[in-house]
Amino acid sequence: MATRIEVTGLTAYYGKFKAVSDVNLTIEPKHVTAFIGPSGCGKSTVLRTLNRMHEVLPGARVEGSVLLDGEDLYGAGMDPVNVRRTVGMVFQRPNPFPTMSIYENVIAGLKLNGIRKKALLDERVEESLRGANLWDEVKDRLNRPGAGLSGGQQQRLCIARAIAVEPQVLLMDEPCSALDPISTLAIEDLINKLKSSFTIVIVTHNMQQASRVSDSTAFFSLEKTGDPGRLVEFDKTSKIFTNPTEKRTEDYVSGRFG
Amino acid sequence: MSTATVPEPTVPGPATPGEDRLNLRGEILPRFVPPVVAAGSLVVALLIYLLTPMDSEIQIVLMAALIFVVAMTAISTRVEGRRRARDRFATTLVYGTFLLALIPLIAVLASVISKGAGRLDISFLTHSMNGIGARDSGGGIYHAIIGTVEQVLIASAIAVPFGLLVAIYLVEYGRGRISRTISFFVDVLTGLPSIIAGLFVLAFWILALGQGFSGFAGSLALVVLMIPTVVRSAEEMLKLVPNELREAGYALGVPKWRTILRVVVPTALPGIVTGVMLAVARVSGETAPVLLTVFGTNLINANPFSGEQSSLPLYIYSQAGQPQQFAIDRAWAAALVLIIIIMVLNLIARLFAGRNRLK
Amino acid sequence: MTTEPDSSAQSAEQRGAASATVPPTDDPVGAPASGPTSTGSDQPDHDPVAFTRPAPTTTGKAAVGKADVAFKNLTRAAGLGLLALIVAIALFLVLRATHALGENDGNFLSTQEWFPNQDPPKFGVAALLFGTIVTAAIAMIIAMPVAVGIALFITVYAPRRLSSPLGYIVDLLAAVPSVVYGLWGLLVLAPHMKGIQLWLSDYLGWIPLFSADSVGRSFFVAGVVLAIMILPIVAALSREVFLQVPTAHREAALALGATRWEMIRTAVLPYGKPGVISASMLGLGRAMGETIAVALVLPASFKISWNWLEPAGNTIAANVANGWGEANDIGRGALIASGLVLFVVTMIVNIIARAIVARRRDFSGSSA
Repeated sequence: MATRIEVTGLTAYYGKFKAVSDVNLTIEPKHVTAFIGPSGCGKSTVLRTLNRMHEVLPGARVEGSVLLDGEDLYGAGMDPVNVRRTVGMVFQRPNPFPTMSIYENVIAGLKLNGIRKKALLDERVEESLRGANLWDEVKDRLNRPGAGLSGGQQQRLCIARAIAVEPQVLLMDEPCSALDPISTLAIEDLINKLKSSFTIVIVTHNMQQASRVSDSTAFFSLEKTGDPGRLVEFDKTSKIFTNPTEKRTEDYVSGRFG
Repeated sequence: MSTATVPEPTVPGPATPGEDRLNLRGEILPRFVPPVVAAGSLVVALLIYLLTPMDSEIQIVLMAALIFVVAMTAISTRVEGRRRARDRFATTLVYGTFLLALIPLIAVLASVISKGAGRLDISFLTHSMNGIGARDSGGGIYHAIIGTVEQVLIASAIAVPFGLLVAIYLVEYGRGRISRTISFFVDVLTGLPSIIAGLFVLAFWILALGQGFSGFAGSLALVVLMIPTVVRSAEEMLKLVPNELREAGYALGVPKWRTILRVVVPTALPGIVTGVMLAVARVSGETAPVLLTVFGTNLINANPFSGEQSSLPLYIYSQAGQPQQFAIDRAWAAALVLIIIIMVLNLIARLFAGRNRLK
Repeated sequence: MTTEPDSSAQSAEQRGAASATVPPTDDPVGAPASGPTSTGSDQPDHDPVAFTRPAPTTTGKAAVGKADVAFKNLTRAAGLGLLALIVAIALFLVLRATHALGENDGNFLSTQEWFPNQDPPKFGVAALLFGTIVTAAIAMIIAMPVAVGIALFITVYAPRRLSSPLGYIVDLLAAVPSVVYGLWGLLVLAPHMKGIQLWLSDYLGWIPLFSADSVGRSFFVAGVVLAIMILPIVAALSREVFLQVPTAHREAALALGATRWEMIRTAVLPYGKPGVISASMLGLGRAMGETIAVALVLPASFKISWNWLEPAGNTIAANVANGWGEANDIGRGALIASGLVLFVVTMIVNIIARAIVARRRDFSGSSA
């Protein structure tokens, strides 16, 4: 039961600076949706509004609505803590908690929700690590520090940590930008596997990656530095990369700009 | 709930009836609740104060704070659940400790300024205690300022180069056991009570070598206290210098020691200066080691290498121990001067920190 | 201290900024007579160093190698000098203490009295050590949670606009010398502590520690003064440690659905723990070794008192300050012997702290 996300009239600010303006798009359940665009176009900002992580930064705020299966994340009575448990996130750089073991990293979110039973935790750890294609590599050293893994393994550990709390949606903010090509491939395989269970939104700089992993692609751009970013075009990935409607999209995907 | 391993999603759990299928909602107390509870707690505390034999106003505040914490936690647990209640409890505690800590710390500064400013004038800064009797109101700190400045300068002249060399060794050359041992003993020195430094110089310089009390003896004690601070801050800053810079030096065929002196140290310099200034500020206020080694005098002695000197902290200590109000007033005024000096040193250190390219 | 695995942006900035300061490499330099930084100058290209041996880059490898070795040995000598200093401290304290200890009529470790100047001398460190530990413990119990609270407030809770001036204020307070705190404790705080002490003895008097026939300049007051004194330094160091917690870890916790407090417990406190322990050890060292503030507050009586609100007690450091003016040769040796005990205790505390910090080094986010 993955979830549809409808974004309407979304505008995000950092203090007085308007980062993105008036974004409207619908993200299909169990699809991989990629956000692409040049630096500063606000694609990461939009991603962070989808689980209310945007407002964590001082002075940041959001206008408009984000509906998750019809419920507005920014509506009255919504608890950002619950929102983030439902919409998980993986960050640009692998960020396992350095003070925790691999095992503790995976159960970090579960412990917050008061799950203490060892048997249940063990089960979830294996399940999540298998889900993140990491189990076979780490099953013998679950009590070693998570920070001791390679970059790609760390990123998969972070994915395991995110899916351990059983979210509906998984947001990924350039998850491969700090990884080597082999690790990147591993993550991309994983994304393909995960989309059977989750709605996935991925921000990427890498257009090949977007075309490889995503079903739909949103292209963001901005007129010039200092202007807010805008959603230029949103369509099936195949259409965006072969026959985009907008000239700017074509320029970007063909490498003529950005 | 779905799991990651199973390709097909498992049967959804019993969805909550109504629109909140995803369970995104949370009961959150309206913003006005905490202030209202706070006001209520204060009223209740006041009532308790009036009805029971409580005898101090501080207790009203304590009581109100206690009632607030209990009431807020209870309400929050009931409405928002345990996790949020705990979050609120932690927030209250953090704010509480902060406010609690502000009171004495601000009070210290306020006392020093209010009590010291009255006595502080030009004559206080330019006169010594020469010929001032126990019941006299005059006198000043000129001799103490001279002593402090000389002792601290000499101490810095010894401790800074020494500490810097140790830091360079630890960062650039140190490997293995020796370096770990040195690092450990730097930590030990950091935690060394200042009076031990004084006792050491007393035992070594004054009792064993038979040298008299002097400003220089005081400087030696301050050196012991300065070294760890200088080593630690220099070490931190040197570590921040990116390795690429060192490699760039080696790649150009520059020998290692010159790379260190011409590239690494200058890059870290502003940070090191900041650390040194903070170390200077710290030892300027040290009393105990100076007490044992400089001895103190009421006269001006500009020669740090012979005879007793005075110093500002020592002056404050000796004046504060006397029963006359004149002496107490002098102690406050001297404390004000000492604080001003240290604040200025800190400000200078900050200025360098602001220009610091590494931090 | 933990060092942060820095973000790429930061290190890129470092690289960029730092490369601008690379000085020309073709002018000759000699070995340093003294560190160039002692001048406090901020001119990386100006070399204030005295030339001991010019070593132009064009000379053969041997000369360069020699200079390298000489410089390395110089820095190592400084490092070893530091070890020698520690040994010298221990050695001279022992040396001066032995004579006095030999003359001692009582057992140095268990005797409570302190009469080193009489004939025969009788003195022991028991009461002093007790007082030292009790006052330091009271100070730590009060100061540690408050200091961590202040640091958390400044780094996590306070609005961003407030946090940096607040940090600055705490740094300044940390620099206020202890003699000022002592002065304030003696003249301002001690009179005001009467009410609280009476209240404690009225309501908690059934606990032996809080029972008191009369209240006054007690262990408790000294502990409070010490707590206030070490508060800013521990808070300032803890704040620095918390500031180093990478945003990535804080966000990771929040993204898992953590409340602010849970984020602190998951990401901030574990990451900062070694640093906070170091900070508190520094605070403990200061509290145990603090001389002047305690000497000004405590009445200097030599007995082990379990009634911590009654005016009684003394500490090793305060006793040195109070007693050394009238001490004869044996008396000085006795004071130095007590100092030696303090030295050993602080060493032990340091070693324990070090062990705690090292125990989970694998897990400390430090890259070193």
